Amino acid sequence: MSETVATDYLDCLLKSWSTKSNQPLSWLNQLRASAIDYVSTQRLPTKRDEEWRFTDISALARLSFQSAQSNTDLQAQDIKHLHLKEAKNSLVFVDGHYSAELSTIIDSATLKIGNLSEFLLTHAAILESHFGQYAKFDNSVFAALNTAFLRDCALIIVPKNIVIAEPVHLLFIATQSEVTSCPRCLIIGEPGSNVTFVEDYVSLREAAYVTNSVTEISLSANAHARHIRIQRESTQAYHLANCAVSLAHGSNYQSVSISLGAQISRYNLDIQLIDEAAECTIDGLALISDNQLADTHTCIDHIKPNGTSRQQHKCIVNDKAHAVFNGKIIVRPHAQQTNSSQSSRNLLLSKAAQVDTKPQLEIFADDVKCAHGATVGQLDQEEIFYLESRGLSEAAARGLLTYAFGAEIINRIPVSSLRQQLEQTVLNQTQDNKL
Amino acid sequence: MIVNNSKTLLSVEGLRASINGTEILKGIDLTVKSGEIHAIMGLNGSGKSTLAKVLAGHSAYEITGGTIRFEDKDLLGLAPEERARSGLFLAFQYPIEIPGVANTQFLRLAYNTIQAQRGKEELDPLEFDDFVREKMKLLDMNPDFLDRSVNEGFSGGEKKRNEILQMALLEPKLSILDEMDSGLDIDALKTVANGVNQITNKDNATILVTHYQRLLDYVVPDFVHIMQSGSIVMTGGKELALELETRGYDWVTANKQSIAGAIA
Repeated sequence: MSETVATDYLDCLLKSWSTKSNQPLSWLNQLRASAIDYVSTQRLPTKRDEEWRFTDISALARLSFQSAQSNTDLQAQDIKHLHLKEAKNSLVFVDGHYSAELSTIIDSATLKIGNLSEFLLTHAAILESHFGQYAKFDNSVFAALNTAFLRDCALIIVPKNIVIAEPVHLLFIATQSEVTSCPRCLIIGEPGSNVTFVEDYVSLREAAYVTNSVTEISLSANAHARHIRIQRESTQAYHLANCAVSLAHGSNYQSVSISLGAQISRYNLDIQLIDEAAECTIDGLALISDNQLADTHTCIDHIKPNGTSRQQHKCIVNDKAHAVFNGKIIVRPHAQQTNSSQSSRNLLLSKAAQVDTKPQLEIFADDVKCAHGATVGQLDQEEIFYLESRGLSEAAARGLLTYAFGAEIINRIPVSSLRQQLEQTVLNQTQDNKL
Repeated sequence: MIVNNSKTLLSVEGLRASINGTEILKGIDLTVKSGEIHAIMGLNGSGKSTLAKVLAGHSAYEITGGTIRFEDKDLLGLAPEERARSGLFLAFQYPIEIPGVANTQFLRLAYNTIQAQRGKEELDPLEFDDFVREKMKLLDMNPDFLDRSVNEGFSGGEKKRNEILQMALLEPKLSILDEMDSGLDIDALKTVANGVNQITNKDNATILVTHYQRLLDYVVPDFVHIMQSGSIVMTGGKELALELETRGYDWVTANKQSIAGAIA
């Protein structure tokens, strides 16, 4: 990426940057400045870049979507339907800007939760030691852009040995057309802590815009986190997301990510098991139709011994939609006794639907267990016959099997109201498919 | 049981079927009346499982000749789901697993589909729960199986019980049980057989497709048919199964040849 090709999209954002107000902390300003420096030497990735070979974002280059201004018109009743009844704490961001009015914080005594600005002075040292440490921007122009435009950030610090039973809802709402928003999250699990959070991207109407998010998660020794990520953007939107996770000794990270929306979405999930006996369970589902493209790139990096990772990624692709999965698993020389499994299963519901799936195993240790498999196909004729023999019509049988294919992932979401919502979404999308 | 003057449920005449151009069924004749239990025995590859699937309407098989009547209907003109709704049931040798769908959801969907067809009342989840738990007692099944995904992680015996549970729920007129005994230990076999015996009555009929005689100790057939190379080569009472058990399938081959020789 030495060649520099200026594009309208980047140019436009670069120009608007200089006018932005600075944060009160010098390290943060430095981080932002070096990020913008990096952006100014870059171009948008194209299909010639190995990491983007299946995902063409050239149309983005032609869009001059400025950084989103805050929208204060939104009222609580406009977003009532988006609240999760199990969540006591919710942070709401509108076009990337924090809204204190729409947010609800109950557990502030046990949990440090809120927008970045509230913690900048009181928790400067902690923030400096985590911010930008996991989602490095020196190989991603989008992570760099997000860092350069960093202003608000959903922050959760779970103190030592604190268990938060109810999920925390981080709600990112898009309301404006033709803008770029840069949502950001930082989740810090101190030793022995336990938290569940839902990172939820929604749109109030069909519109073209760009969401460029970065999430960083750091789990200390024996900390647990369950991360549910729902991408239900407008089907005209671009959703570009980087999530980086660092797992210390004996920590446990479980993630379920569901991609339903966006014209083009790209989710990079990078997990480093930086100490012994860390565990992660990564489940993903993309359910797309029409001309949507959903690209998931994951990298699970086993650095130390006795780590465990289990990954299942599924795609249901209808019409002319296109799903991409690239699942890299690295087992470094010292990461003996690693136990890793990966499965990529893909269901094509139409002749024009397309899936590119690529397991990528890089194993440098010799005493490890790594299993992986990938399947792409249509519904199984024997399965359809079984259901027909119980009286279901062929259409009902196909619908049920398609639903089941997605429900297997959705069932792993530990928040029942969200699970029900998504089951209904999958039901609606699979029952009326044209087959 | 053989009931005098009972009505004919199934009438198969000269049935021929092939798959990918290879003929598997080469002229099957079979009549089943209500109240009766028939056993179809044969070695692997004799065509007995194909017959079960063809009766249920599997689309992979091409019917090249003959007729099948089910009560007053031409079965070959019906889609698999229409056959099921008319009262035909196939218990699978290898029931499929459906991860993501709770067994109770699936059972209720199948039950309500059949009920609607019969013009009977459908059950809501709570009503169905009571109903299905009662039926599960017949098969000594743990109610935990309701909340698990359909057949996922079930042992061979648990899958077979789940099949017979469906038979109990759907109350078919004709049940075809394909290799009900395969993979079952003796206790599971007795439980499953006991379930089948409680479901059978003078108004329905059952066809047991099996390789071995041992199932027939527990579900006693009125008729035993032996299949070879796509035809029924011998028909008798339950004693035929015992004779086959002692003498083996070679005896059938030799016997058939001697009969053929005698005719020639």
